[in-house]
Amino acid sequence: MFEALSHLALQQYWWIIVSLLGAILVFLMFVQGGQTLLYTIGKTDMERTILVNTLGRKWEFTFTTLVTFGGAFFASFPLFYSTSFGGAYWVWMIILFAFVLQAVAYEFRSRPNNFFGAKTYEVFLMLNGLIGTVLIGTAVATFFTGSAFSVNDLNQSQWELSSHGLEAALNLHNLSLGLAVFFLARCLALLYFMNSVQHDEILKRARKQLLNNAIPFVVFFLTFVICLMFRNGYAVNAETGLVTMQEYKYAINLFEMPVVFIMFLIGVVAVLYSITISILRVHTKGIWCAGAGTILTVLSLFLLAGFNNTSFYPSSFDLQSSLTIQNSSSSHFTLTVMSYVSLMVPFVIAYIWYVWKSINNKPIDEEEMGEEDLHVY
Amino acid sequence: MFESIDFALVNWSRAQFALTAMFHWLFVPLTLGLGFIIAFMETIYVRTGDPEWKRITKFWMKLFGINFAIGVATGIILEFEFGTNWSNYSWFVGDIFGAPLAIEGIMAFFLESTFIAVMFFGWGKVSKRFHLTATWLTAIGANLSALWILVANAWMQNPIGMKFNPEMARNEMVNFWDIVLSETAVNKFLHTTTSGYVLASVFVVGVSAWFLLKKRHILFAKRSIVIGSVFGIVSSIMVIASGDGSAREVAKNQPMKFAAMESLYEGQTNAPLIAIGLFGKPHDTPMHRKSDQDFLMKIEIPNMLSYMAFLKVDAFVPGIKDLVLGNEDYNIMSYKEKIKRGYEAQQVLKAFKEAKGVDAVEYNRLKAKFDDKHWVENYFRYFGYGNYYDPNPEQLELNAFKIVPPISLSFYAFHIMVALGGHFLLLFIVILYFALYSRIENKKLVLYTALWTIPFAYIASQSGWVVAEVGRQPWVIQDLMPTMTAVSKIDTSSVMITFGLFTITFVGLAIAEVRIMVKQIKNGPKEGGNK
Ligand code: HDD
Ligand code: HEM
Ligand code: HEM
Repeated sequence: MFEALSHLALQQYWWIIVSLLGAILVFLMFVQGGQTLLYTIGKTDMERTILVNTLGRKWEFTFTTLVTFGGAFFASFPLFYSTSFGGAYWVWMIILFAFVLQAVAYEFRSRPNNFFGAKTYEVFLMLNGLIGTVLIGTAVATFFTGSAFSVNDLNQSQWELSSHGLEAALNLHNLSLGLAVFFLARCLALLYFMNSVQHDEILKRARKQLLNNAIPFVVFFLTFVICLMFRNGYAVNAETGLVTMQEYKYAINLFEMPVVFIMFLIGVVAVLYSITISILRVHTKGIWCAGAGTILTVLSLFLLAGFNNTSFYPSSFDLQSSLTIQNSSSSHFTLTVMSYVSLMVPFVIAYIWYVWKSINNKPIDEEEMGEEDLHVY
Repeated sequence: MFESIDFALVNWSRAQFALTAMFHWLFVPLTLGLGFIIAFMETIYVRTGDPEWKRITKFWMKLFGINFAIGVATGIILEFEFGTNWSNYSWFVGDIFGAPLAIEGIMAFFLESTFIAVMFFGWGKVSKRFHLTATWLTAIGANLSALWILVANAWMQNPIGMKFNPEMARNEMVNFWDIVLSETAVNKFLHTTTSGYVLASVFVVGVSAWFLLKKRHILFAKRSIVIGSVFGIVSSIMVIASGDGSAREVAKNQPMKFAAMESLYEGQTNAPLIAIGLFGKPHDTPMHRKSDQDFLMKIEIPNMLSYMAFLKVDAFVPGIKDLVLGNEDYNIMSYKEKIKRGYEAQQVLKAFKEAKGVDAVEYNRLKAKFDDKHWVENYFRYFGYGNYYDPNPEQLELNAFKIVPPISLSFYAFHIMVALGGHFLLLFIVILYFALYSRIENKKLVLYTALWTIPFAYIASQSGWVVAEVGRQPWVIQDLMPTMTAVSKIDTSSVMITFGLFTITFVGLAIAEVRIMVKQIKNGPKEGGNK
């Protein structure tokens, strides 16, 4: 069935899948957000143990989603993979280091004789929470702001700045998205704690912190969106593939793609609504609505970057090196194969759902942490 | 041809990749094998309802979890390193290579990470059967992770199922199943996963032997030993059989690697296999026509190499010099000729790019070449050799000798692996015999041997990869892309810094892991039940 689709249709399909993975990743980064709140919300060792365990049962999903996001990007848009990872070397390396530290921290933290001591592993978690969110947000922002690279006629790429990606973090527009993601992850984490921990003190503190994090989130997010609406964008000529700068490109995209616009609005409203309602009264289900809202919002931002004749990975150094979903994708054959593979995704989501339903039927509390039969971090 | 190459960058990138891959491989094989061992144990528990089996299962499961975490930590780097350090490679073959990596994420990693949660957090919350199913699915998921990455790796060693697209300057997939089911991929998967089972069996047997030596948890240790050694015997036989298959496949598809593994300079009929060999003075660098291997001593098995490679005792096994200089009697094309042809193919691609938008007739003529089967099979397939071209015939020959992998390393690694493979099989048989028919707890020597075999399982396993990866140098994609052209254009100093950071981080984490592991083992199964 997929072989009948045009190359463009497959490219669009895969852009949607990659965007969806990115969106789910941002939602799941509530784990990272939670890691930065361990000491703010957990005042005693027991409380922190509860928090670590609540997050610890989810960290693998965020991690695996990140890995799959990378793999899917490689398979569907290999020129992006080679250009961005090979060029913005430092940004990606620092992100990866942060995730290496995370992967051992949960399992090793509470084990006896763990060499670095529990505190160190908590610092690892903190670092991962901070760096992971801010830098991933910053890196995604370059989809709109552009980077300094060039691609030659053999499609070999080269970064034109010796800072190799670190420059992205110095751009205020990029940074505003990075910080927005950081505070959003913290808000989501608080909502998640409220939903899955049975502990009065934690609940009280989480509600209080929610306001403190929601305000900076809104400020940074609005900054990013407003700048985005007013900035010039990288437009692609559908016939010739020529890239030019166009005024208000992203605002125009939003109006020319009403479905995306509506998704964006619903997403933003859902996030803000669930945060507000969770601050105003005792409401523990906010994470679901906020999570769905996050996914919609991020998805629409990705679609804004890649659809409607826009370059999703623009080069500020040489406009014509900019990557579009057409010039950077895999072949028709490979995209077809991968599309068949993508049919497994609903199945994967279904078993994840089923499994978590069957082992998570009650919130985590102090009692559970002392249970005989359990694997405690 | 080499002026434009920054060899310091290439070598640091290689060092970094080797370091990170070898670290990853320190932890992966135990995951691959221990997953199944735990699943066997839990199956017995569910069948018999004997709580001792549950204790046993949970003890090994704890070790599995500790090992798994660091396996994941070291894996994520590799996934992205193809982009960060080998970006030209990622473009040139990404159309084929990316797919298995993505499939691995969707199909294997999620399976593994979901059901591992049931394994650890599901005790008492889900039914026994569901829990057991989850344990099996975790083991299967781990092995599926291995499948896809090994398919990718096998394809680098034996690139098939693709076509070069000059417009995009990359190779494109044309047949998915050819890639997944190539003989290289099948052998690689069987051999690598079963080698993981062997390593895990050695681990289980060795740790249990330690308990017996300490006279602790006797019942637990004996039961573990029986499971470990039975699984070990079966997988050892499979390792040897699939290793043999790999050797035959290598002899066919990567004859230079095969010659290097045996340090065979001159080709031979009735070629003997060197069982044990020790080199004298190092061979000449750079290598040339007159170079030869100087053996201090060697013990040979007559005809065995010919038989191993081609299943015929009198078959001709080409040596390094036959491959470089050619051998008309056996119809072997020289590397010198391959270099000329590869160079021609590269010039065609260059002319094609120059004609684009300038000379439409020429452009179409050159484009047609890439569709011409004869030209592709006789010229383009040597594309990578073109990087070794030199107009001066003498220099060309010296360059051709550069397409020879490091010989001593390949040789020793191969022989260490094979010898240890024999040792493991013997050990499992002996230990199973004593466990069943005699009082094994009194057999101090056997128990100490089992304990001290643990590090050797890791050595054998790492050596296998050294054979596979060092033996294919200087190719990153056999015959198509030399390692030196695959790198990302970044500063050497950046790679040096990340290399240093990886070394410090991974060594630190590995120390932590080993200490935690040892502590958990010392605590034993009882206390291992909870904390
Ligand atoms: C416990 C580990 C272990 C043991 C005992 C053996 N191997 Fe092995 N071998 C591996 C672990 C391994 C490995 C780590 O899994 C490798 C690395 C790459 C691969 O495909 O498997 C490997 C590679 C490898 C290769 C290279 C494949 C390639 O380049 O693609 C050959 C020819 C053999 N093996 C042959 C053997 C033979 C004839 C053995 C006889 C006993 C043997 N191995 C035992
Ligand atoms: C986990 C087991 C593995 C180990 C221990 C291992 C080991 C090594 C070693 C020792 C080298 C350095 C060779 C040299 O430069 O002389 C190397 C290089 C490399 N390996 Fe592997 N390897 C493993 C798996 C893989 C897999 C599965 C892939 C691909 C799917 C792969 C791809 C590469 C690449 C791209 C390089 C760098 C280029 C080169 O030097 O050839 N490796 N590996
Ligand atoms: C050089 C190429 C390789 C890459 C890019 C790679 C990538 C990864 C990544 C990203 C993870 C973490 C997955 C997660 O999120 O759970 C991982 C874990 C794993 N990898 Fe690799 N890997 C490589 C080599 C190998 C090889 C050669 C094997 C087996 C033959 C293997 C088997 C596994 C297994 C079983 C796991 C599960 C975790 C563990 O075993 O500790 N990988 N790998």
